[in-house]
Amino acid sequence: MSTHSEEPRPSGEIDYMTDTRPIAAGDTAPGCKKRDPIVVAENVTRSFGGINAVDVEYLEIPRHKITALIGPNGAGKTTLFNLLTGFDMPNSGKWEFEGNSLAGVSPYKVARMGMVRTFQLTKVMGKLTVMENMRLGGSEQPGERLSKALFKGLWGGREKEITAQANVLLEKFKLDAKKDDYAASLSGGQRKLLEMARSLMVRPKLVMLDEPMAGVNPALTQSLLDHIKNLKAEGMTVLFVEHDMNMVRHIADWVVVMAEGKIVAEGPPGEVMKNPAVIDAYLGAHHDVDLGDAEGIKELAAELVADEESIVGTENAGIIAIDVVASESDEARHKRKDSE
Amino acid sequence: MDFGFIFSSAASELFSPTTAAYALAALGLAVHFGYSGLLNFGQAGFMAVGAYGFAISTLTFGVPFFVGLVIAVICSAIFAMLLGIPTLRLRADYLAIVTIAAAEIVRYIVTTNQLTAVTGSANGLAAFEGGFYAMNPFPAGSYMGMNNRDFFIRIVGWGLVIICCTLVWLLMRSPWGRVLKGIREDENAVRSLGKNVYAYKMQALIIGGVLGALAGMIFTLPRGAVQPANYGTELTFFLYTCLLLGGLGTVLGPVIGAMIFWVVLSLTQGILYGLIESGAVTWLNTVQAGQLRYILVGVALMLLMIFRPQGVFGNKKELAFA
Repeated sequence: MSTHSEEPRPSGEIDYMTDTRPIAAGDTAPGCKKRDPIVVAENVTRSFGGINAVDVEYLEIPRHKITALIGPNGAGKTTLFNLLTGFDMPNSGKWEFEGNSLAGVSPYKVARMGMVRTFQLTKVMGKLTVMENMRLGGSEQPGERLSKALFKGLWGGREKEITAQANVLLEKFKLDAKKDDYAASLSGGQRKLLEMARSLMVRPKLVMLDEPMAGVNPALTQSLLDHIKNLKAEGMTVLFVEHDMNMVRHIADWVVVMAEGKIVAEGPPGEVMKNPAVIDAYLGAHHDVDLGDAEGIKELAAELVADEESIVGTENAGIIAIDVVASESDEARHKRKDSE
Repeated sequence: MDFGFIFSSAASELFSPTTAAYALAALGLAVHFGYSGLLNFGQAGFMAVGAYGFAISTLTFGVPFFVGLVIAVICSAIFAMLLGIPTLRLRADYLAIVTIAAAEIVRYIVTTNQLTAVTGSANGLAAFEGGFYAMNPFPAGSYMGMNNRDFFIRIVGWGLVIICCTLVWLLMRSPWGRVLKGIREDENAVRSLGKNVYAYKMQALIIGGVLGALAGMIFTLPRGAVQPANYGTELTFFLYTCLLLGGLGTVLGPVIGAMIFWVVLSLTQGILYGLIESGAVTWLNTVQAGQLRYILVGVALMLLMIFRPQGVFGNKKELAFA
């Protein structure tokens, strides 16, 4: 399979956007088998000191799907990313990408196999231009070998192809106007876009995005979401870490929930979010309530009264003094209106 | 005070073989630090390896000039690998510590008394340049006020500087150079794009080290002697001064920086000596004046860092985001 040809499609021309075949091979449960996994991890553990940062018994990532990896801070999501991509070595376990074992494989080889990641703290080469950043992602450039670097005739042709590929991507990501600026002059959101675009220069099969939406304004979030969906349409597999549940609900086909290094739940987003284990571990009980308005608080109070478990200690400890809170928040709203 | 003499001797520093040697060694540092972000504080060690590699192979083993040259280059490449294998996987600061120590180790080894037969100990080695001057195509006579030997070494030295600058420029505009610059900015990001960062850093370390070895040879040939005292730590810092004067990530920067460095040294010496001789300065003797000029170079570097931090050739825009 050449990385330069058009995206390979399996026979029968499946449209990945409308493919509704089940993702799991059997029942949906933490660590369940997938119909068509691209990554398989088994007994992968990594501990820092006495803490088990990652302890994954079994995990498969479905091919041609968007998988979200969610979990509270410190759940081991980024560590799992590092382990899968070779940036960190697990204490035990085995994991493979498209049937090739990745144990002990260095990060650059993992990337060449088609598994490319981005970083939670965006990494752009600040003192290179946006275009140079993009070209750096280009694969199979003979001029990157020292023996051929001196002779432009040997790499000029490939450089043109890479530049053309970069131009298409930059246009798609609306960075084409910035292409001659230093990457350090980009805003945080633009850097996220650049990093994602640059990772696509490698023509990956699996894109791993570590918090692609962190620190990005809502307007840009929408376009980032569209970009991620487009990756799937182009036949790529996406695995991303995200905290915003709405985002996850919108684009993910499959959700894997981690807590304290373990996979606690997985399944389609709708089901996972109803899973009581997930709600307790991650969303917190009563996550539906909007605490920003008085109605929401009244609702929450009603829920809490009905909820036996919310009463801890004294009998009325879980009950909100509804009159006080409601009037306070009403007052606040009036004040806001007055000041406008 | 004879200003004509002061300026002519300053001008002669512009193209002296020592300036060429500094330019080459600083170019090596530009490859290391300016382009790849490798903090090499042992460039003096690379120069010593080049100089001693050449001198020992000529004197002890009696090899012809070009074989000695190749041996010196190979020795510096091996030295680079020895330094790089344990440290290039670590952060930049570790390389700095290891290189500064290794340069001192080299200097102490050649100073060891037990090795006097081979290295000449503290007195160093001499009379190894015969093979080089035997190739001199210029017959005896005066060339722009120089004898044929001085003229030949200048032609060779600066010819080498031009060739090396061209090679470095060609390398740095290529995709190979782009990967190096990417590594300087963020090596994990480069790794995530499928580039073997370790191999690139090793290649850069070797190339810069070989440039240092060539510089060591150009440095010793006109002197006809190689002495360990010339390769102390301060040499490395003079080279960094040249590099910073000219501009970090540039090809011509180190060359111009070396020229500025030596012209400033020569001018300040000429002016200070002139002032002392004419009696205008009585609170300084000529020995102190010789030391004062290095202080002045330091002041010049500080002023440059404050008012033109990117160096003479550097790109101001790059620094805006530092």
